[in-house]
This record gives sequence, structure tokens and C-alpha cells, in this order.
Amino acid sequence: MAQKKMTLEELRKLREEKRHSVQVRDTEGKTIQVTVGMGTSGIAAGAKETLQTLVAELEKHQLTNVRVRQSGGLGLEHAEPTIEVRVPKMPAVIYGRVTPDVVRRIVNHHIIGRELVDEHIYDRPAADILDAGDHPIVNGE
Amino acid sequence: MPYASFCLVCRGTACESSKADTLYDEIKQHVAANGLNDQVQVLRTGCFGFCEQGPIVKVLPDEAFYVQVVPEDAEELVHEHLLKGRPVERLIYREPGVHALGNIDQISFYQKQFRVALRNCGFIDPEIIEEYIAREGYVALEKVLFEMSPDDVIRELEISGLRGRGGGGYLTWKKWKFTKDAQSDQKYIVLNADEGDPGAYMDRSMLEGDPHSMIEAMAIAGYTVGADTGYVYVRAEYPLAIKRLRTAIAQAEEYGLLGDNILGSDFSFRIEIRLGAGAFVCGEETGLLLSIQGERGMPVQRPPYPAVKGLWGKPTVINNVETMANVPVIIMRGGAWFAKIGTETSKGTKVFALTGKVRNSGLIEVPMGIKLREIVYNIGGGIPGDKKFKAVQSGGPSGGMISYENLDTEIDFETLTALGSMMGSGGLIVMDEDDSMVDVARFYLDFTVDESCGKCVPCRVGGRQILHLLEKIAKGEGTMEDIQRIEEIGRTMKETSLCGLGKTAPNPALSALRYFRDEFHEKIPAEVREDAV
Repeated sequence: MAQKKMTLEELRKLREEKRHSVQVRDTEGKTIQVTVGMGTSGIAAGAKETLQTLVAELEKHQLTNVRVRQSGGLGLEHAEPTIEVRVPKMPAVIYGRVTPDVVRRIVNHHIIGRELVDEHIYDRPAADILDAGDHPIVNGE
Repeated sequence: MPYASFCLVCRGTACESSKADTLYDEIKQHVAANGLNDQVQVLRTGCFGFCEQGPIVKVLPDEAFYVQVVPEDAEELVHEHLLKGRPVERLIYREPGVHALGNIDQISFYQKQFRVALRNCGFIDPEIIEEYIAREGYVALEKVLFEMSPDDVIRELEISGLRGRGGGGYLTWKKWKFTKDAQSDQKYIVLNADEGDPGAYMDRSMLEGDPHSMIEAMAIAGYTVGADTGYVYVRAEYPLAIKRLRTAIAQAEEYGLLGDNILGSDFSFRIEIRLGAGAFVCGEETGLLLSIQGERGMPVQRPPYPAVKGLWGKPTVINNVETMANVPVIIMRGGAWFAKIGTETSKGTKVFALTGKVRNSGLIEVPMGIKLREIVYNIGGGIPGDKKFKAVQSGGPSGGMISYENLDTEIDFETLTALGSMMGSGGLIVMDEDDSMVDVARFYLDFTVDESCGKCVPCRVGGRQILHLLEKIAKGEGTMEDIQRIEEIGRTMKETSLCGLGKTAPNPALSALRYFRDEFHEKIPAEVREDAV
């Protein structure tokens, strides 16, 4: 895709357009989003196998409404590989120690069955500062 | 029929010991007894890292966060919250002055972490520029190019109090001002991504998880000091980081965020990547600059500092990855916002690589001034096997030990130095009662002896002598005089070495002696020990 060099206005427009679509992507009919942590340590822990199994499992069930994306490390190195699953009307969940077997369970139980997978839920390590303007830390507490 | 609620019972190893399993069973039973099996899923989770307040129960999607829940609370929790939808106030965690329920950002405060430099890591796909742009990416560059003068940028950095995160802790605004004020036809920006401390990987994570923040910060620095070229010096051992950075640079060029007349302004800026071959000394700024020039990476005497006479003799701003990661946020939210975080002398947050004998190892970002105890026990979840804490080694091969007595020190640049350690790049290696301090000191000296460039005598000869003495002591052949020798040589190295590597190389040995002298004495044969007394 050959992109023309942007002007200030074009950059602002692009940012506005993309602002909401990153967290919940409803473009192209993909309502579910799975993010695989693919930093060096995640990959060393097996994130590539997790990703391959995930893609194969989604194909097997013909789940075309799932967008698979990658990110860097989350900071949960002790629990890698990690993935985040966002299904509409369900809480966003981070899973840790996601082996190929666990990712199959996540596809079958969470994405298809709409229930969470036991024993693998972890927590995002910190709030997102983009919407933490009134965080107590910056209010001098 | 999908579940309406999810009840998560923490099952970290620490919580297990405080009856989390019984609690889980109790909650399940009460859920069944109240006919909620179809509506509430009860689950066990990994550690939330807040173990001193455990066991922890979290109810989603309400985001209710319950602490110190005992099995006897299960009935009330299920009946009130899950059946009637009324949160059990008495069990909800409250940070003083914070209303926990219904606001995820404030609830997350229990985690003690606050992510500024790591703000995008784990959120965005680092290979897609739009994802960075969507999360306030390049807003700061926009702002400086069209609304701020170079002096405005420097003033904002001054208000923020940002100090270099690479080790020395020098004020960033001063570096930038020196370079801005220097008269020259050519100036440079250099990003120091030559992360070499054993156990530290914050730079790698930031480059891999959020490469565009580096490009944006370097362009801001270029605009501020009047440089049109930037170099990223990154070690060749980080292939994924290099690949993502290359992709990011190509995308930024394509979108007109690097190159000529950025966003239609008068400002032009380019970035090139230079690979280091994994020599620790090339993380030292003068050695690094020589390496970029294609010469052997050996430190040279300062002053002149690179800010005035740097790359090819031209004024050069050289900053570490984490330092740069803070810059766009400071510009966007203002220096005053940043200065609210941290201590009197050390503003903002610090990224630490928490490793060693700790349950939840990982990359953490915490406000300056946090207590080491909070890091080890709250975030780290304590020591596996409930062994006794012995020390934390901070600052890598340049740093030292922090012992049990100092667990409650509020850590910042100054307090760590006062303890005989240093901030360094931010490695924190936790050690338990089984670890030998003589061995730890030996490991680091072995590393620095290997990495010394050999140019100055104190470092080349002194380091090897200390290592030799440590090996002798470890073998049980040492004498009391050997211990004194280590301290003498160490002092000389600190005072007379040419660069930071040699000046700080004796720290691990000196601080091990300062806090764990007995362990060295125990290694010395009894007959020799008594002779000396």
C-alpha cells in the first residue's frame, strides 16, 4: 500500500478514525479480537506454537469473525505465553501459560462457548494511562 | 445461555496457603445452592500479585475487587453480590481516598504499577503504525512542530525533572540544552539501546513492543536541538527488536513522519540503525559513539561531553531507550503532570526487570519512591517455597546489594546510591537464603573483567585482581588480608578508572562486603581467621 506523505490534517483525521477501532475492532465483521504477546521472551516460552495452534483452531471451526493480532510483552513474563481475548459483552481477559492445549480450550470454551477458561486467567499489570488522567498517583496521593 | 457474571478466585501459591481452595469450593457450593449455576461461572485464576491482601476475589464484569476473603465470607458474597447485585462493601479493597467500585483505572492501583514508558507495550501491534497513532501516537511531535519552540520543549523537560534512565541519572533537559546551545553546522541524536546488564531487558521490550515511541521521541529531540539525523545503536543480539524498529522507521518515512518537511513543516529528520556486536563497554556513551563511527569501542576522557563534542566531533544528544519513552508523554501531558509522580529528586516512574527468586518475575514499571518490599512482595508475590529473603541485587554489574534491613527504603536515584548500589538500568535480582554472596560478587566481577576494554590500568588490572581474590576466598583459601585488599583495590578503581565501567565494577564486591561480611569471613579457614585476630 503506497501511502502518500501526510499533512498535519491527514494525521489528525487518521488518528480520529483509528482511535476507537483499535480496542474494539468491528471492521470487516471481525467482532472478536485475540492478541498474542510476541516479544522475545514470549516467543521463547512458546508463543509461536500458541499462535499457530490458535490460527489452525479458528480455521477448523470456521470462525472468520476473529481478528488475531500480536503485541510486545505485557510484563507477565512468569506466565508466558500470554494472550488477551476480547469477546463482545464479555469481560476482556488475559490468559497466561497458554500452551497449544490451553489455546484450543480457549477457542472452544471462551470464543465458542462464551465461558472463561479455568486456572489460566491473569490480570493486566497496570491501568492504561490513556484513560487514567485522574489516577490517584498523579493527584499527589 | 451465556453467563452474566464471572467470579474469579485468586489461586496464586501464596493465596493457596491462606485457604483459597476452601474459599473456591465454598463459593461454588453457594452459587449452586442459590440456583446461579447458569448465570455465574466460578473460576480459579493465576496470581494477582497482591498476596499480602489475599485471598482475592474479583467479580466481572462489575470489576469488584475483594480482599482478605475467608471461606466464611462466601455465603454473604454469593447471596448479596451475585444473587442480589449488591457489592459487599466491607470486603472491597480501598486505597485511601479512592472509590474502588466501578472504576477500573482506580482499582488497578492495587497493583502498585503505573505505566508511562511501557504505556503501549502489550496494547498495540508494534508492526502497525496506525495502532500507535490511534493511541495518541505522534501527538507530541505534532505539538512541538506546530505549537512549541525548542526552548518551550526544554522548559517542559525541566519542569518534568526527567533524569536519564540508563544509569547516571543526569537531567535530560540539561543535555538537550547544551546541545541546542552549541554552535555547529551538524548535530546528532543517538538512542542508546545497547542494553547489556545481565538480567535487564527493558530496552528490548520497549523496542519490541512500542518502536514508534522511540522514533517520535528522537524526532522531538532533533527538532529541539537542531539535529536532522538520528542513530539507534542497538545490539545485534536483539534481532526482533531490530526488525520491528526497521519496520517502524520504514512506515514513519512512508507516512511523512520521518524524512523531509515532516507533516508539511520546515523540520526534516532521518533515523539510521547501527548494530553493536555485544560489547558491554559500548553502552558507555563515548565508547558507543566511537563504535558508530566504525572504530573500536573504547571510552575516552570526558569532558568534552558528547552534548558539545560527540559523534564525529559534533554536538550529540545521547539518551537511553527508557528516557526517550517518557518524552512524548511529558510533551503531551506536560512536565507538571510528570513531576507529580515520584520523589523530590527523582521524578516519574522506573521500569525494572524483576527476576531471580521471586514468584512473579517480569518487567514492571513503578513510581519512583516505591519501597523495595512492595516490589518483592506485592508485585513479585514473594519468594518461592517461602524461603527467607536475603538481598536484591540492583543496577547489574555496576550496582550492589540491598539487604533485608533496607527493604523499606523508598527507592530513587539518591537512596540507592546511598545504600552503595545504584539505579543502573533497572535490573532487580532477588536472592534468597540459599544464595552465596561471595558467588554473586564473583559472577559480576567475572562479567566486568571480561567486558573491560583494557584501556586504563585500574579497570584492566584492578578488576582481574579482585576477581582472583574472590575466587581464592570462594575456594576456602583466602585470608583476612585478601578481604582488605579487595576493598583497597575497589576504592582505587572507583577513584581512578577512566569510565563508568571501571568506576562501578567493584560495587558488587564492595557492597557484598558491606552487608554480608560474615559470609566472606566464614569462607576463610578458621586457623587463618584466628591468626589475624
